[in-house]
Amino acid sequence: MGFAGRDVLSILDFSREDLEELFSVADYMEKAVKEKRKLKLLEGYIVALAFLEPSTRTMYSFQSATHRLGGYALVFSSREATSLAKGENYADTIRMLDSYSDLIVIRSRYEGAAKYVADIAENPVINGGDGKHEHPTQTMIDLYTMKRLFGDIDGLTIGVLGDLKYARTIASLLYGLTRYKPKKVYLISPSILRIREEVRDTITRLGLPIEEVSSLRDIIGELDVLYVTRIQKERYPDPMEYERVKHAFKITPEVLKDARPELKILHPLPKIDEIDLRVDNLPYAAYFYQARLGVPLRMALLALVLGVWR
Amino acid sequence: MSGEKGLLVSKIRDGTVIDHISAGKALKVLRILGITGSEGFRVAIVMNADSRKLGRKDIIKLENKYLSKKEVDLIALVAPTATINIIRDYDVVEKYNVSLPEEITGLIKCPNPNCITRKPREVALSRFRLLRKDPVVLECCYCGARVLGEDVEKYLEA
Ligand SMILES: [Zn+2]
Repeated sequence: MGFAGRDVLSILDFSREDLEELFSVADYMEKAVKEKRKLKLLEGYIVALAFLEPSTRTMYSFQSATHRLGGYALVFSSREATSLAKGENYADTIRMLDSYSDLIVIRSRYEGAAKYVADIAENPVINGGDGKHEHPTQTMIDLYTMKRLFGDIDGLTIGVLGDLKYARTIASLLYGLTRYKPKKVYLISPSILRIREEVRDTITRLGLPIEEVSSLRDIIGELDVLYVTRIQKERYPDPMEYERVKHAFKITPEVLKDARPELKILHPLPKIDEIDLRVDNLPYAAYFYQARLGVPLRMALLALVLGVWR
Repeated sequence: MSGEKGLLVSKIRDGTVIDHISAGKALKVLRILGITGSEGFRVAIVMNADSRKLGRKDIIKLENKYLSKKEVDLIALVAPTATINIIRDYDVVEKYNVSLPEEITGLIKCPNPNCITRKPREVALSRFRLLRKDPVVLECCYCGARVLGEDVEKYLEA
């Protein structure tokens, strides 16, 4: 279908062929950055970063990607957005940013905000995370990382662990995996944080081979990839219960004792204490590598959507 | 209009008769149609009438008011068995069943309180697509939240 001029709202809007095209451009971008080549693909372009909810990492990543391509990033962050609190609504802000820029990246705490922004804006819109709904560019990075690590996503056994109900990256990741043929996807979470019904329904309908389990221990030896998300304290009114769950789902060198040597651990970052710091130095830890792929992937996406990639 | 004998409401000369409404749903149907009674035309509601097909049914008669197919399709959300009779000079000149529209805009409030369509001071109209027909499942086009057909009445916009 091609990327030029297209909105990036849900990972489900993209086919496997689209993703493969994106990944090959990301390969090029990564190499160019590594070789310190100055790219001018976005020279004369302005990318508006409407971060109406703070997210330093995602914002810096898009900002860096824009600058690496020679473009200018116009940042409208939650600080500027306090004017919204004084009464200006999203619609008016978006109309303004749309006229000042060539593309809008929107981050919001409201589910569906990206689609709403795309309804209003004439220029392409990229969803930088809308509430607990979707975070498609993070998923692109996650899939790209798996692809780079294993050569192919087909045939992998993948464990997804943590807050599967509310973590914004999870629904998108599972939707994204439906574009491939993993051997199995284990959903590992406490029972109250299982995936939302609509997500389960969609991925089952699309044929993703999932199995919900409540402990990592029994299946750790099968995994090629373990994708970890944080379990938030707010989900547990009882602090004792939270401590118990946190402990039960923490990734430690001891838990990894039975892991396959090929296992790679991914995490969308920032992480706090869901992964033991001692794990950072083990060969399993791939989350820093994953984070490094964020900028080249987003460079590729910007260049494709703005139609400057030839 | 068989099976009408014994009802307290007389036939109408011109207008719309919504028949075979599941018993007890007539008021919900009026709500979906946005009919409050202050429009001026006469409205007759019969609830829990005998029906050969349904056992009990509700009937609504709207005098001198003709509903379009598009308007009445929304009725299918709460009363999928309803039939519409357009009456002119005591005769049924048109008769059709209701069928669910593929997309419904601005009628149902998204059940997700954090959906952009629920954010104050925005102009995002709620929009649902028909995901499944039997049983009815609607999906918010913005946030992906779902509404089951049986719950629709809880989420009708005020
Ligand atoms: Zn919604």
